Amino acid sequence: MRRVAVIGAGMTLFRRRLLETGKEMCYQASQMALAEAGIELTDVDAVVTGSAPDAFDGVHMKGEYLSDGAGGVGRPYMRVFTGGGTGCFSAIAGWWHVASGLADICLVVNEEKMSSCHPHPQTAFGHIWDPILERPLKPNLIWIFAMEMNRYMTAHNIKKEDIARVAVKNKRNAVDHPCAQLADPNITVEDVLDSEVLAWPVQRLDISPPSDGASALVLASEDIARRYSETPVWISGVGWCIDSTMWTNRDLYFPEYVARAAKMAYGMAKVDDPRRDVDVVEPYDPFDYKELHHLEGLLLCDKGEAPKLTREGVTERDGELPTCPSGGLLGVGNPIAATMGIKVGEIYWQLAGKAGKRQVPGSPQLGVCQAWGDLMQFSSVIVMRA
Amino acid sequence: MKASDIEEGRVATAQGRPEAKYAWSAGESIGRFLAELKEGRLVGRKCDKCGRILFPPRSFCEECFVRAGDFVTLKDSGTVETYSISYIDTDARRLEEPIYVGVISIDGASEKMGFMHYLGEVKADELSIGLKVKAVWKSKADREGAITDIRYFKPTGR
Amino acid sequence: MADEVRRWRGDMEAYYIYTAGVAGDRFLREIRDNGRLMGTYCPRCDVIYLPPRIYCETCFSELNEWEEVPNKGVIDAITVAYVNDKGERLPQPLVWALVRFPGARGGLVHFVSLPEEDVREGMEVEVVYRRTGRREAAITDILYFKPV
Repeated sequence: MRRVAVIGAGMTLFRRRLLETGKEMCYQASQMALAEAGIELTDVDAVVTGSAPDAFDGVHMKGEYLSDGAGGVGRPYMRVFTGGGTGCFSAIAGWWHVASGLADICLVVNEEKMSSCHPHPQTAFGHIWDPILERPLKPNLIWIFAMEMNRYMTAHNIKKEDIARVAVKNKRNAVDHPCAQLADPNITVEDVLDSEVLAWPVQRLDISPPSDGASALVLASEDIARRYSETPVWISGVGWCIDSTMWTNRDLYFPEYVARAAKMAYGMAKVDDPRRDVDVVEPYDPFDYKELHHLEGLLLCDKGEAPKLTREGVTERDGELPTCPSGGLLGVGNPIAATMGIKVGEIYWQLAGKAGKRQVPGSPQLGVCQAWGDLMQFSSVIVMRA
Repeated sequence: MKASDIEEGRVATAQGRPEAKYAWSAGESIGRFLAELKEGRLVGRKCDKCGRILFPPRSFCEECFVRAGDFVTLKDSGTVETYSISYIDTDARRLEEPIYVGVISIDGASEKMGFMHYLGEVKADELSIGLKVKAVWKSKADREGAITDIRYFKPTGR
Repeated sequence: MADEVRRWRGDMEAYYIYTAGVAGDRFLREIRDNGRLMGTYCPRCDVIYLPPRIYCETCFSELNEWEEVPNKGVIDAITVAYVNDKGERLPQPLVWALVRFPGARGGLVHFVSLPEEDVREGMEVEVVYRRTGRREAAITDILYFKPV
């Protein structure tokens, strides 16, 4: 397999609703990534797009629909979809295009336009459930996360205020992100605990909102990467794993599938001791408890220990394990697949030393990003090196 | 862009609704499950290889990857594995009265083998993980072979 | 009982509001307000896109130059519909055509106001718009193509 580097990244604003069509957002993000890499579309050998269920945009075969804005015309082109896991998975698909030797340069473009769906994007989520056993109960997708959060809190006797600290940290971190939808420099734990209850224990400020947005990466083979970039960031390990669709048959307190995906990625990257070696991490944080759940799933702390790390400041941008320095989904926004910009994109910018005001101190060398999705059963993990 | 920009026509939009309707075949195992619900019973299905009693029943064991064996009649009681109290409906609209919902593992099935259903006749502060509950059924005349033939689960001893 | 086939019925309750986007917004407003077709021009590739886009799909340049495209075009391909989108028989067959416009990459698909036996590829047609005041910045502001 050939070594593969990220040499450019770009992303649009994340907003509740954007005038731009999905194609136009793809174009904007792609053009930024190509410009940062110092290449043109004609240099690109293959294109991968990622997007979540078609039912958000309301356009079936969204991959085909987005192709011209994503630079796919006249090239090998494919769309990948693993629900929220697409946020890292399409970058993994781009990686295998280059690692296999099929392409020297692959453009990866993720997009989501959730604002098209009415009366609320939740209406599209209704069609994720089992149509016979679950949909007749008229569920809201938040229920499943509320029940997972409750199980996690109960198993480890975790207080809600310790979970709320994650929302506070990420929404404050997002103040330094130019694309952020939900930055708040003054938010407090009390604000989170006082916010409207949606489905207990999930409250309004525990959750990232629906957004529109797009993001893009340029991936290149080793020799090409060094020609175009002085700061290539290497994809040194990838992993992914899915658990059973029968989510009511497993204990929700620990995401075993995340641990399996992480072990696969650490093994490929030859990271023997992730707790010692990982300098910066972007776990998937659509809910505040998910950052904690995923730090544990990524084997960066013991089961039930993540709230303590958060309370002690370890996960702050200047802490020992900076976690979601981008501001995460909680602070920047959650256009599902497009969160690639604040997961893979952020680790790229951090390790390249290009994160500006968000830069974590001490020139980080090893970073991990992770995405999570389908019916809370799938995870994709990427280990990256400066 | 604001919602009002769309509502007041300041930006050009097109609108539409998918008019497709669906009829899902329940399949062998869930077909039987629904038929048994109409009779007021819960059934699982046994994996002859690992010995697990699978619930809800399915036609294959996803771990052993073999065809599942006989259907097994289970109790209509179980344990709350986790729960939520929802103040929003399926379209994220605010509810006056919250919905209590949980994952209930069923007595007689293997450990953690549960399904999602409503919880009722219980106050918020009485709900807990580990609570023993039993099904409250619709009357026989009202049952139609649907998951909603069970109205909700209530704490046992009531 | 186990042999009984069971079905569960459902519907897709969501509806959608699609923004026309940066290029689409101007395109539809020009039709509504000025009754004209406007495309975007790529100086690098020397092409006009109709419908317009804010990017060139070939060279990925950002497109800011707008050019008026004549209201007259040429039929490139024809189909005749005998059933509607629900599969029901139409009272009269409807002729649909893809119409190309001189100098523009792309084209428009719409009805043609002629019986099927009178329509042929290569025929010159022009755009007929809905009356001013009735237009709503939608593709249906174009009623049909008619022969020149």
